[in-house]
Amino acid sequence: MLRRLHSEQPESFAFTPANQAWAEAQITKYPEGRQASAVIPLLWRAQEQEGWVTKPAIESIAEMLDMAYIRVLEVASFYFMFQLQPVGSVAHIQICGTLSCMICGAEDLMEVCKEKIAPTPHTLSADGKFSWEEVECLGACANAPMAQIGKDYYEDMTAEGFAQLLDDLAAGKVPAPGPMNGRFASEPLSGLTSLKEYDSGHTKYNASAQLATDIGDTVKRIDGTEVPLTTPWVGADGTVAGRSPGKAQPPKAPETPKPAAKQAEEAKKASKAPAKKAAKPAAKPAAAVAEVEEKAPETLGAARDGGADDLKKIKGVGPKLEETLNALGFYHYDQIAKWTEAEIAWVDNRLKFKGRIERDGWIDQARTLAEGGETAFSKKVDKGNVY
Amino acid sequence: MLKDQDRIFTNLYGMHDRSLAGAKQRGHWDGTAKIIQNGRDWIIDQMKASGLRGRGGAGFPTGLKWSFMPKESDGRPAYLVVNADESEPGTCKDREIMRHDPHTLIEGCLIASFAMNANTCYIYIRGEYIREREALQAAIDEAYEAGLLGRNAAGSGWDFDLFLHHGAGAYICGEETALLESLEGKKGMPRMKPPFPAGAGLYGCPTTVNNVESIAVVPTILRRGPEWFAGFGRANNAGTKLFAVSGHVNNPCVVEEAMSISFEELIEKHCGGIRGGWDNLLAVIPGGSSVPCVRGENMRDAVMDFDYLRGELGSGLGTAAVIVMDKSTDIIKAIWRLSKFYKHESCGQCTPCREGTGWMMRVMDRLVKGEADIEEIDMLWDVTKQVEGHTICALGDAAAWPIQGLIRNFREEIEDRIKANKTGRMGAMAAE
Repeated sequence: MLRRLHSEQPESFAFTPANQAWAEAQITKYPEGRQASAVIPLLWRAQEQEGWVTKPAIESIAEMLDMAYIRVLEVASFYFMFQLQPVGSVAHIQICGTLSCMICGAEDLMEVCKEKIAPTPHTLSADGKFSWEEVECLGACANAPMAQIGKDYYEDMTAEGFAQLLDDLAAGKVPAPGPMNGRFASEPLSGLTSLKEYDSGHTKYNASAQLATDIGDTVKRIDGTEVPLTTPWVGADGTVAGRSPGKAQPPKAPETPKPAAKQAEEAKKASKAPAKKAAKPAAKPAAAVAEVEEKAPETLGAARDGGADDLKKIKGVGPKLEETLNALGFYHYDQIAKWTEAEIAWVDNRLKFKGRIERDGWIDQARTLAEGGETAFSKKVDKGNVY
Repeated sequence: MLKDQDRIFTNLYGMHDRSLAGAKQRGHWDGTAKIIQNGRDWIIDQMKASGLRGRGGAGFPTGLKWSFMPKESDGRPAYLVVNADESEPGTCKDREIMRHDPHTLIEGCLIASFAMNANTCYIYIRGEYIREREALQAAIDEAYEAGLLGRNAAGSGWDFDLFLHHGAGAYICGEETALLESLEGKKGMPRMKPPFPAGAGLYGCPTTVNNVESIAVVPTILRRGPEWFAGFGRANNAGTKLFAVSGHVNNPCVVEEAMSISFEELIEKHCGGIRGGWDNLLAVIPGGSSVPCVRGENMRDAVMDFDYLRGELGSGLGTAAVIVMDKSTDIIKAIWRLSKFYKHESCGQCTPCREGTGWMMRVMDRLVKGEADIEEIDMLWDVTKQVEGHTICALGDAAAWPIQGLIRNFREEIEDRIKANKTGRMGAMAAE
C-alpha cells in the first residue's frame, strides 16, 4: 500500500512542554546510544498531539533521536497507525473489518460511515469533524463488531447504536466506551460460566472503560498534562537498576549516517563555538567523570599560503572527514601532530567517531607526514589506489 | 470442566480488584523471592517438567526455549522480550491478561528474566491497545512502588527493570525478529535466522521472545508445581489455556479451560451453543486466521489441543482463537477477507509473499464472484505452494494455509459458484 506524506504540510512542529518531558522520559527506557528505539512512541505522541504525523514532526523527532530523516520517514510510512494526512477534527473512526468482525456486522458499520462521514475512507466529512477507515484486526474479536475511536474501543455494536454514537460525538458528547450491549468485558453475555465468585459490582467499568472515563481523553488531542508523568525505573540515584555500572551493556549501535549538508552544518557549528563548548566539560554528567577534560586546540581560519595538506593521507581520514576537519580549522599535518590528549578529546567529541584518532594513530602518522616522510597508507594514496 | 480454583487467570474479566493488593489477595506475588532463590536451573527444569508449550501460536516448549540462552554472559547483557503484539485475527486473550490480571504477567517477567540471566525485560504491546497499555503501565508503576521491580526486585537480590514499549499497527511485528527490529526503532521486517535471537537478538544480545500468556502462567506453575499443570490436557498438550471464541456462537467470550477439552464442551459450556444449533455450523477456524479452516461436521468432536487439530484435522491450535462460522456465512468471502488481511500486512521484504499475497487475493476476489475458470482453483493451489516455505518468515505460510484449507474443504462450493456464474442459473448448493 502506497503511503506518502500529505501534499500540504504545516510550517513547524514542536512538542508541548509536557509532551517534550514525556518524550525525553521515554528515551531513558533504552540503553545509551539506542535512543532510536523510542521512535515509534515519539511519533505516536506527535500524532496524538496534532491528529496526524506531519513532515516537520518527522524531522524534529529525527533531530531529537539523532536519526537520519529517512529512517524516521520510513518508520512513519511503514506502520499503519500513523495517519499521514489530516483527520477529522473530532475523531478518526477505525472500523475493524477482519473476519470475526466482518461476519458479525462490520460491513453495516462501514455503511454508516459511508453515509454519515464520507463515501471513501481517509476523507474528511463535509463539516470536517470526522474521517474513517477500515482497519485490520484490532484484537477484540470476542466483542465483535467493534471500532476504535480515538484512544478507545467501542465494542459489541449495532449499526443503529453506532449511528447514534456518531451523532453524540458530533454533539460534543463522548459516550463511555467498552461493550455497547451491556456486557462488562469479554465474558459470555448471558452471564458468567466461570470465575463466578468474582462477580461484578466492584467497579462500574472494565479496566479500559474505567481509564477512559477517569481520564476523559478518548478523542482529546493529547498535550501531556492529562496524567502525571512517572518514570519508576529511574532510581533515586538517577540510574536504571538493570543497566547500573558493573552490569553488562549492549554493544553500541552502528553510527547513523547523516546527509552531507547536515554534517557540514554541524561541523560549522562546532568550529564557531569551540571555546564555549570546551568550557563546559560536564555537559554529560555521568560519562564525563571517566573522560579526559577537553581543551580547544589552535585552529586556523584558512590553509596557510602553501595550500592545505592532503589530510586523506592519514589512514582513517576519508574525504568526508577531511571536509569536517577543514571546517573545524585543521589544514596541516603539523597541526594534528601537535594535539595533546585534551585536544584529542576536544576533536574526538566533534567528530562523532569516538576513539578513532587514537585507534588509527593519527598523531604518529601526521608527525611522519609533517616531517616529509611517508607511511604505508600515504604511499597507497599517492599511487591512487585509495580514493 | 476446569474448576475455578484451578484457573490461573482469576480476574480475567476484571470484575475483581485489579490493583496489586487485589492480585496479592488472589495469591500472586506470593513467595516470589523464594522461587528465585531456587536458582536458574531449577526454574528451567520445572518449566520443562510442566510441559508448557508456547501460547503464541507455534507451540514450542517454553522451558526448552529458555535453556537455549547462554548460561554465562560473554560481556553482553541478555534480554527477555514479551510479545504482546496480539494481532492474529480472532485472538483477543492477551488483552484480557494485560488489562485485568497484569500482575500475573509482571511477576512472570521477573521470574523468567532471572531464569535467563536478564536484568531487563521489554514488553512490546500492539499500538492499538492504548488503554491496555495504560492499565499495564499503571500495574508496573505499582510494582516498582512496592519494590517488586527495580533494584533487588521483590527482595530476590536480582536487579530487574521492566519496560513497556509499543508498536504502531503492523501485524508482522508479532513475528519475533520483526518485533526486535521494531523495538530497535526500525521497520518491522523479519531477520534471517540463524542467528537465532538466543544468540543475537535485541541490540545484538542474547534474547528470548515469549508470548504474554506463556510468561503469565509461569509463577502459578512454579508455585503449584509442574505436576499440577501437566495434569490438565492430554500428554504433550499440557495445561490450561485461554480460548477466545468469536463469530457465530450465541455468547462469544474469552475463557480459560483445560487443554484437550472437546470443541462441543467448550461451545456448549461457555458460549451458549452454535447460533441456530449444531446443524447450522458451517466451518470453524480453530486457532486464529493462519490455520486452515475445518468443516463443521468434523469439528463437533474435535479435541482442542495442538496434536489433535494438526494431526487429525490438518489444522492447528495456534493461539486458540476459535472463529465459528454458521451457514449464513459466505465461506469463500470469509477466506478472501483473510487474503486481503495478509496482503495488507505483508512487509514487502520477500518477493513470493509481497507479490503472492496480492495475487492470491485477486484470484480469491474473482472466486467470490464466481468470475473464474475451474482450472484457476488448481492454479491458486499451486501458487499457495509457491509462496509457502519460500519466505524469510512464516507470514507467507500463514497467507497460504487458509486458502489451502478452503480448497481442501469447500472445493464444491467454489466450483458451484463458478458454474452458476457461467450458466446464469443458481447453483445447486446455493439453492439448498
